[in-house]
Amino acid sequence: MRFLETFFNGQVILNYLPDLVHAMGVTLGLAAATIVTGILCGAALACLRVAGLKVVNFFIIVFADIMRALPPLVLIMILFFGMSSLGLNLSGWTVIYIVLSLVLAAFSEEIFWGGLTSIPAGQWEAGRATGLSRAQTLFHITFPQAARRGIPPLVNRVLATTKLTALGSVIGVKEILSVSSSAQSFSGSATPLTMAAIAYLIIFIPAVILSHWIERRYHFAT
Amino acid sequence: MTKPRTMLEIAGLEKSFGEVQVLKSIDLKVQEGELVFVIGPSGSGKSTMLRCCNRLEEPTSGSIFIDGQRITDIPHRDLDRMRLKVGMVFQGFNLYPQMSVLKNVMLAQVKALKRSKAEAEARALEMLDQVGLKHKAGAMPAELSGGQQQRVAIARALALDPQVMLFDEPTSALDPELVGSVLKVMKGLREKGMTMLVVSHEMQFAREAADRVVFMDQGYVAEQGTPEEIFGAPKSERLKTFLSRVSHGDVEAEAD
Ligand SMILES: Nc1ncnc2c1ncn2[C@@H]1O[C@H](COP(=O)(O)OP(=O)(O)O)[C@@H](O)[C@H]1O
Ligand SMILES: [Mg+2]
Repeated sequence: MRFLETFFNGQVILNYLPDLVHAMGVTLGLAAATIVTGILCGAALACLRVAGLKVVNFFIIVFADIMRALPPLVLIMILFFGMSSLGLNLSGWTVIYIVLSLVLAAFSEEIFWGGLTSIPAGQWEAGRATGLSRAQTLFHITFPQAARRGIPPLVNRVLATTKLTALGSVIGVKEILSVSSSAQSFSGSATPLTMAAIAYLIIFIPAVILSHWIERRYHFAT
Repeated sequence: MTKPRTMLEIAGLEKSFGEVQVLKSIDLKVQEGELVFVIGPSGSGKSTMLRCCNRLEEPTSGSIFIDGQRITDIPHRDLDRMRLKVGMVFQGFNLYPQMSVLKNVMLAQVKALKRSKAEAEARALEMLDQVGLKHKAGAMPAELSGGQQQRVAIARALALDPQVMLFDEPTSALDPELVGSVLKVMKGLREKGMTMLVVSHEMQFAREAADRVVFMDQGYVAEQGTPEEIFGAPKSERLKTFLSRVSHGDVEAEAD
């Protein structure tokens, strides 16, 4: 009984459910914005890297290495507290969105680039030999193949990055973890944390199922 | 009688990769409607010569003309348009694995030739019919045999109405029982008057279908003539040795 009372207190659930549902919306919105921005930027950087401009590629590689090496929390703190000392006040939501998008962009750039370098030269040659430009060959022939090869690692990375939205709790973003942990300190009950775990499962289990479907859908024999 | 038109002319072509000179002054002419066969040991520069003809490789010096137009000095921005006139078929087929057979044959028609989708599809089906694979239009490349894939690759090149077709060992990657279907398509093309430059070791096919045979060795055109001359009365020792090795079925052992 102590167990149920601690983790599944009915009154606490009723009190905090509306806030938590709202927080789920914030987490979902943040995750969706991050995924779209991160993957598009990563794809754009990988394609830009194909052009083979030395200086540009140097900066892409440095960017990707730094973003993958630094703990995201460090970037979040720098952007949130550092920028406001400079007089530029970014909201917590914006900071999380920017940092997680950059991190996802760095990882997906490396995934797409790895895919592109694994495409046989014959695919490029077939495109060019039929009069397609380099950009057309990239866009219609080689990049789609690279993207498909990258789907499994990309899906993992997307799930890992979206879970980091919980870092928003450190800088006051009203997402699932921060709402439930403040509810926990107000109510003195662990129940809001149970609710948070369930909320994450409600979001991520369908995401995992969707990711399996995507992996199957875009799998083809080469 | 009208003077035959020279569709492809290679003059003084040289190509080096770094220090290594792979082509050392190649001269070759292919008339309209001619099928010219190129044979020679592995590493003699056959692929490199072919790839210079659509500038997949940049020649080091010399000139190449397609239907009278010098293609060796056209600027890079005009390369794509030039390549539409030169069809190329690769040893490894190089079909796009993520697209259906029909889309493979349509892509460059729509994106490079700027044909409408409907026109490109009609043309693609016509070309697939010509290579005997209209019924496979909806299949994915991985579902086809090697011979079928190579015929789709031929249809993909033909759909752009090229003036010259280049074949780089089109049957070398195929199981022996599939070679015939590809050669049959090539023979059909020849009957339709297509100009073709073919690197291949299908000697029997060369005897039946080639107008001329060119023997390349160590970056030179070492000998050329009609199939009767080349196979019946080879002059150089190198060609004699090469022919005897090929007839024993070990071309690749010739690599040295
Ligand atoms: N991109 C390249 N870089 C360096 N060397 C090359 C390249 N392509 C071909 N070669 C060399 O050029 C020579 C001729 O090759 P190739 O034209 O493929 O001969 P073939 O088709 O007659 O077998 C070989 O020695 C090969 O190693
Ligand atoms: Mg070769």
